[in-house]
Amino acid sequence: MKSDKVILSGKGVTKIFGFGSNKTVAVDHVDFSFREGEVISIVGESGSGKTTLAKILLGLLKQTEGEIYFDGQLRDIRSHSKKKAYWQNIQAIFQDPFSSYNVFRKIDAVLLDCIRMRGGGRLPYDKKREMMREACSFVNLKFDELTNKYPFELSGGQQQRLMIARIFLLKPKILLADEPTSMIDACSRATILDMLMDLRNEVGMTPIFITHDIGLAYYVSDTVYIMEHGKFVESGSADAVILHPKKQYTQRLLSDVPKLHEEWDLSTV
Amino acid sequence: MSKPILEVNELTTNYVTRFGDKIFAVDHVSVKVDDGKSVGIAGESGCGKSTLALSLMGYYFPPLYYASGDIIIDGQNISGMDPDVVRKTILGNEISYIPQAAMNALNPTQKVIHFIEDVIQAHYPHTPKKEIYELARERFELLGLPAEVLQKYSVELSGGMKQRTVIATSVILSPKVLIADEPSSALDVTSQKMVIKMILDLMEKGIIKSLIFITHELPLLYNVTDDIMIMYAGQIVERGSADEMVFDPIHPYTKALMGSIIVPEEGLRDVKLTAIPGTPPNLKNPPSGCRFADRCKFVMPECRVRSVELRDIGGGRSYRCIIPEEDLRKAYKSEKR
Repeated sequence: MKSDKVILSGKGVTKIFGFGSNKTVAVDHVDFSFREGEVISIVGESGSGKTTLAKILLGLLKQTEGEIYFDGQLRDIRSHSKKKAYWQNIQAIFQDPFSSYNVFRKIDAVLLDCIRMRGGGRLPYDKKREMMREACSFVNLKFDELTNKYPFELSGGQQQRLMIARIFLLKPKILLADEPTSMIDACSRATILDMLMDLRNEVGMTPIFITHDIGLAYYVSDTVYIMEHGKFVESGSADAVILHPKKQYTQRLLSDVPKLHEEWDLSTV
Repeated sequence: MSKPILEVNELTTNYVTRFGDKIFAVDHVSVKVDDGKSVGIAGESGCGKSTLALSLMGYYFPPLYYASGDIIIDGQNISGMDPDVVRKTILGNEISYIPQAAMNALNPTQKVIHFIEDVIQAHYPHTPKKEIYELARERFELLGLPAEVLQKYSVELSGGMKQRTVIATSVILSPKVLIADEPSSALDVTSQKMVIKMILDLMEKGIIKSLIFITHELPLLYNVTDDIMIMYAGQIVERGSADEMVFDPIHPYTKALMGSIIVPEEGLRDVKLTAIPGTPPNLKNPPSGCRFADRCKFVMPECRVRSVELRDIGGGRSYRCIIPEEDLRKAYKSEKR
């Protein structure tokens, strides 16, 4: 799966909110290079700047400083059409499925949009329905039960699965999953993660997980980046970072997670 | 033999929909919590965990109704009591509750101390403010919260601090039982640890006598409580000590839940997480047989016809399945190979 080709990289990416005495450095000169097919996790606590970085990667926020390279070239999203072309390659799943959908649009419209974005807008409707049915069955949803419904009629887990069905239709090169499982319960979490990993094998994309759940990061990823106060404090293979952390911050983060085979030391708070 | 602080026998409560349908969200649930012990309740979303929490407190406001069963708190039976009376005399004094988003309970236009005054004066009107302040300050210091918090507005506090402030306030009258409903789900791991430490401190320092902890995070439950109960579709499917439940589950549902645990420990990457297919049954017309039958790997035709009772197998352990425990354990073992 993993190749040596770098698909997304950044040099000195910085985002500063406000100015003067109110200046907040949310992302502070981070360097990264994500290889194609690699599963990446960016782990940090609330306020560490991980979502800001995600928004920069998606092109929803403009970085204050630094360059981002996509597919070997400097990323150019200055015009709307260029941005749209960029979004064919990078897509996202967000934390809160309840606020990710337009409440006025039906599920069919959501999925048809994806087909249109891939250039299938002029296909006959039967063919489109076939594609939608395939995408829904990939995530264990029945399209015939969903058609003519609105996304808010589904449960949180089902909505998140519908998000994955969208990604299945869009087949982006990069998928940015920002806390994809933190709003759903532990049992559905396994389902969602398995589906994302299946999808990655099916479509051959590069998933980037943004999460505070260090266990999840360890389970899914090849490479883990630990983020604190806008900086990457530690990075490397999942085994190296999580089983043998070198930095104090990573060690503290790990000791704060309740575990099964190790005593949870509550005296260190 | 320590005496039970909270004893719930065969409690059944129901919701009534606007079409008049009855939905039994808590179905013949028995819970017993001894002095100084804690019990954890786990289950999927929608299994009735939070409804059980409200029912345990006698907090019956429409559309939730009491159907049958007993709730005995330290010898006092509160089942069937008028909810308004419960609110005045039981809540806060005998039993207290921390909801998931407890931080939203704080009024942004009020200082924390006024919030505490409200709580105390609702139970003991005409308590002098000075006395309340002294009590609050003492209690906050005992729990390791800075006394300056009392003079602050809620917007000045961080999420974890707000949560701890609300917890400290809800136990200000030293209730016997504390029900914590997902108290740390909205927090990151560091704040979560502080909240948990505080709840365990409450037990240790004798402010509360027993604890009911509700969450879907099993590793957390394992580290916090003595006993664990697993709830599915309004019923308890298995109960036992935390160790037994995590490392030696009997019920197929418990087994599947344990297989979905994610912890950053060696060996996690070698196992594939078990995902439970399907969705829980609609409680409007629950299946006549075992409620887990549709999603169970070991389902037999008999499962769908015969209703299953919670079977007590001694040592505080019970489970709800018609298959004998040895057979289930054997099946799990052969699965691993």
